[in-house]
Amino acid sequence: MMRKFKEFIIEKLILISGLASIFFVVLIFLFLLKEGLAVFKTVSPFAFLSGKSWYPISEPAQLGILPLILGSLLVTLGATLISVPIGVACAVYISEVAPAKIKEFLKAGIELLAAIPSVVLGFIGMVTLVPWVKILFKLPTGLTALTGSIMLAFMAMPTIVSIAEDALYSVPKTYKEGALALGATQWQTIWRVLLPAASSGILAAVMLGIGRVIGETMAVMMITGNAALMPHTIFQPVRTLTATIAAEMGEAVVGGEHYFALFAIGIVLFVISFAINVTADLFLHQKK
Amino acid sequence: MIKRCLLVFLLSFFALVANACAGKCSVQVKGSDTMVNLGQAWAEKYMEENPAEFVAVTGGGSGTGFSSLISGTCSIAMSSRDIKQKEIDLAKQKGRNPYEIKAALDGLAVIVNPKNPVGKLTLDQLARIFSGKVSNWKEVGGEDAQIVILSREVNSGTHVYFKEHVLRNNDPNSKEEFAPGALLLSSSQAIADEVAGNKAAIGYYGMGYVSLKQKAVSVARDEKSEYVLPTIDNVISGKYPISRPLFLYTNGEPQGEIKKFVDFTLSKEGQEIVLKTDFVPVK
Repeated sequence: MMRKFKEFIIEKLILISGLASIFFVVLIFLFLLKEGLAVFKTVSPFAFLSGKSWYPISEPAQLGILPLILGSLLVTLGATLISVPIGVACAVYISEVAPAKIKEFLKAGIELLAAIPSVVLGFIGMVTLVPWVKILFKLPTGLTALTGSIMLAFMAMPTIVSIAEDALYSVPKTYKEGALALGATQWQTIWRVLLPAASSGILAAVMLGIGRVIGETMAVMMITGNAALMPHTIFQPVRTLTATIAAEMGEAVVGGEHYFALFAIGIVLFVISFAINVTADLFLHQKK
Repeated sequence: MIKRCLLVFLLSFFALVANACAGKCSVQVKGSDTMVNLGQAWAEKYMEENPAEFVAVTGGGSGTGFSSLISGTCSIAMSSRDIKQKEIDLAKQKGRNPYEIKAALDGLAVIVNPKNPVGKLTLDQLARIFSGKVSNWKEVGGEDAQIVILSREVNSGTHVYFKEHVLRNNDPNSKEEFAPGALLLSSSQAIADEVAGNKAAIGYYGMGYVSLKQKAVSVARDEKSEYVLPTIDNVISGKYPISRPLFLYTNGEPQGEIKKFVDFTLSKEGQEIVLKTDFVPVK
């Protein structure tokens, strides 16, 4: 009797812990909706998403977040283009090519890279990368989307490398042995057999890396210049969704239009990163 | 011996805890980043003279100060701009009554890189540069290079003041805005750094921040008037066109320890500190 009772209690406790995370996500989402949707009393959703001017404290306020969305997407795209080839190549090297000693060394290095706080990366970017980008591309200023992309690529790299490496590792040994036995070279084995076999896991790694980048705030705020203009090239300053919320939340009077608009930006961000995570999940499950 | 050490240690620890509690119960000052150094200097001197009192000063921007005053998390808001009607209404709704005290004056310096040949501009030229109508330095007598506009974030009183008094030239009906391409940086220090390293940059901030790595531009009201540098004398005499009052706001007329601190800032001693931190005294 006593044992059964104990079992029952423990089971329920675990159940509650499991449900807690879902419960909190729902609460957060409801709160976001409640605060964010209020902005649509003063501006239509279409005007909010497609407006090209962001002047939140003017009278009347102009609340158009298209430049911010494009800014976020541009920085993310740049970071993806830089981090994915390097990250996947690094994962291939670690799991297939590197001798055991170097492998351990590299893995520790990547974990260290993941442990650097983003504000530190932002600070380093500000004093080293920003002047370098300005001189190299002969730009009027080094605070550009490109600078943000390079710095964020460093942040996405650990996620991409470790998950892609797991995916490669879980490809059955027989595939590799079979390919080698048929006379394929090591490169042919990697390119034609291992990478296709691990493709869904690698795609999931890429999506999670992108998720990390789009939500990043501190580093982008410090090095992308925060100018809310429509971006035409990657060599321009941009303002991202996250940096806008972080920079303006202190000013926004609770219950004002600006405050609601920032929450609405939060909803947009939530939707974007939710979509990315779901896609990553689909890829991961497809594998099984 | 060890026991005694431990005792001393424990005692000092309790003293610290007691202090921290006292901190919570006394004056919280919050707001304008421009005024943080000034506020800190006031607080230090004040606490030196009144060891029983505790004044905590934090920044965040004038808007941040007002929203904390309205929500009741600080007792004095520092601000480098007037309170907006919207903020007064919101405060009234929450049963608070902002009370304004003019505590100092500040000259806003427009700064460029020392290597930039441009050394003087009119208010109209400044408005055209910051609103993006003039985008190349050669149009205002400089080299052929794209102008990089630097501004503070929207939570900064300096941003709001500059927009209303320079871009909009004090015209309440004007719709002029900062150019969308203006870089919004989160602190005066960030602007100082970018100007120091970028020959094509132009920015603005309180004149106390100007160092040898930046060059302050002489400003004239219009083409016919005299070009003046942002110096303390020129701000007091009213010759320098971009100067502004710095305020303290309290909830209702200040009382008790809040009044004591406010009186201190306005005293001769307090105003000397204003001068020492590169602002301009009101008295």
